[in-house]
Amino acid sequence: MNLRAVWAIYKMEMARAFRTVLQSIVSPVISTSLYFVVFGSAIGSRITEIDGISYGAFIVPGLIMLSLLTQSISNASFAIYFPKFVGSIYELLSAPVSYLEIIIAYVGGAATKSIILGLIILATASLFVPLTIEHPFWMLSFLVLTSVTFSLFGFIIGIWAKSFEQLQLVPLLIITPLTFLGGSFYSIDMLPGIWRTVTLFNPVLYLVSGFRWSFYGKSDVSIGISLGMTVVFLLICIAIVAWIFRTGYRLRN
Amino acid sequence: MPSIISISGVTKTYATGFKALKEINLDIERGEIFALLGPNGAGKTTLISIVCGIVNRSSGTVTVDGYDIGRDYRAARSLIGLVPQELTIDAFETVWATVSYSRGLFGKPANPAFVEKVLRDLSLWDKKDAKAITLSGGMKRRLMIAKALSHEPRVLFLDEPTAGVDVELRQDMWAMVRRLREDGVTIILTTHYIEEAEAMADRVGVINRGEIVLVEDKAELMRTLGRKRLLLELRSPLATIPETFSRYALELSPDGDRLTYTYDNQSERPGVASLLRDLETAGIQFRDIDTQNSSLEEIFVNLVRKDA
Repeated sequence: MNLRAVWAIYKMEMARAFRTVLQSIVSPVISTSLYFVVFGSAIGSRITEIDGISYGAFIVPGLIMLSLLTQSISNASFAIYFPKFVGSIYELLSAPVSYLEIIIAYVGGAATKSIILGLIILATASLFVPLTIEHPFWMLSFLVLTSVTFSLFGFIIGIWAKSFEQLQLVPLLIITPLTFLGGSFYSIDMLPGIWRTVTLFNPVLYLVSGFRWSFYGKSDVSIGISLGMTVVFLLICIAIVAWIFRTGYRLRN
Repeated sequence: MPSIISISGVTKTYATGFKALKEINLDIERGEIFALLGPNGAGKTTLISIVCGIVNRSSGTVTVDGYDIGRDYRAARSLIGLVPQELTIDAFETVWATVSYSRGLFGKPANPAFVEKVLRDLSLWDKKDAKAITLSGGMKRRLMIAKALSHEPRVLFLDEPTAGVDVELRQDMWAMVRRLREDGVTIILTTHYIEEAEAMADRVGVINRGEIVLVEDKAELMRTLGRKRLLLELRSPLATIPETFSRYALELSPDGDRLTYTYDNQSERPGVASLLRDLETAGIQFRDIDTQNSSLEEIFVNLVRKDA
């Protein structure tokens, strides 16, 4: 294992995040605060509580998930797309590093940034609403698992994308709608019958629901299913990445 | 001693069906400077990219110091430094960070003293804290070389190293390449500047349309393929070359005061003596005489044309 290479890439990725601290940390914190102002105050004054949880506190896990998903994808996809775009990927491809090491370094870097961001948003949220975390271990597990899974997903998008437009396409057209429709801001019990069924096909629902359960012990779907779905998505991403690296897809061809 | 790079039966066909390389066989000797010449699109960069692991080959084998680039890719790649043609650097990193990163990427432990030496050798030391984006084109080129040398490679690929580089930097680079060779580093360079190959290389390979059309010791190549020119400065200008000289490959300069005779210096009868005799007989007098060897450039152009 070329640990020095893993460390070199990881360090470089983290340095990039600190160099662009406005984009990587400050901007998501500001947008989260705005969500609190708009959703927490404006809508929260009409919906006082859901499942016995104040509306402001109810949306916190969903808000963290929203940032976690979008930032994991954008961090990881950009990290691998940018060297491809400017051509500096030649160095990575000519270095004595295995695909596994490349993945560990890039996905590790992107996931670390997302986890730090998730914790910052959590701290920001605690300034607005009283928070309880009933299952801290599971809360952290979901945080890590989701960050890693979606960083891996972002990595795949970064390799697949041939333009900046394509890079934005999946997060913008798929992830953001799925997150908004995945019960981040409401319980699916509040939806009419047919839409409730449709929502069950949305994978993000399981992430948000499981994550919310780790906070308040209440969820839309059972925690086992939530965890299972997250792991299934992780395995799908791993399978795609394995295929990409075996064939050299859009990297060595 | 076995060759340091051995390329055997390597082909590359892209997904579009384009055959970039057709059955390449090539051995690079340890410690030599090998110049790979070829017109645009001949397959130079594809071949280098395959050896370095950037592009997958369609078939064939490549070994670097005995290590197979597929099976033993770690050992093979850690011996190679690559300076690609394009200036592709992360623009927002500092010189120091990007060179240290390259060293780490190739699995070498941090060694600030060595990185400092590389930067000093390439006149980049006073720019170590500058971001790559602020460097001039020549400095970026040197930074690319510093990155390639950061992990102490035994084989260095220079893909068009002096394209768009000023004369002074080109001289510096040639000096650096010679120093590296003295340290035992094998150097493979591709170039459009034939004089570069002529001045630097021990051996020359010519690639055209995905095939190696020639590999030869440079001096030998110049000798065997070289044509010589005899230049005659005439006392009084000629309007045309007289009919009687049609058997000679003669050219008359536009102002009519210089005759150029091109001949094969390997020939038993190069025809120089008879030409001079015939000129005297025809009363054409000359005030000066000179001979020139043809350059590698002409040899190269002839080879590629013949192949077309």
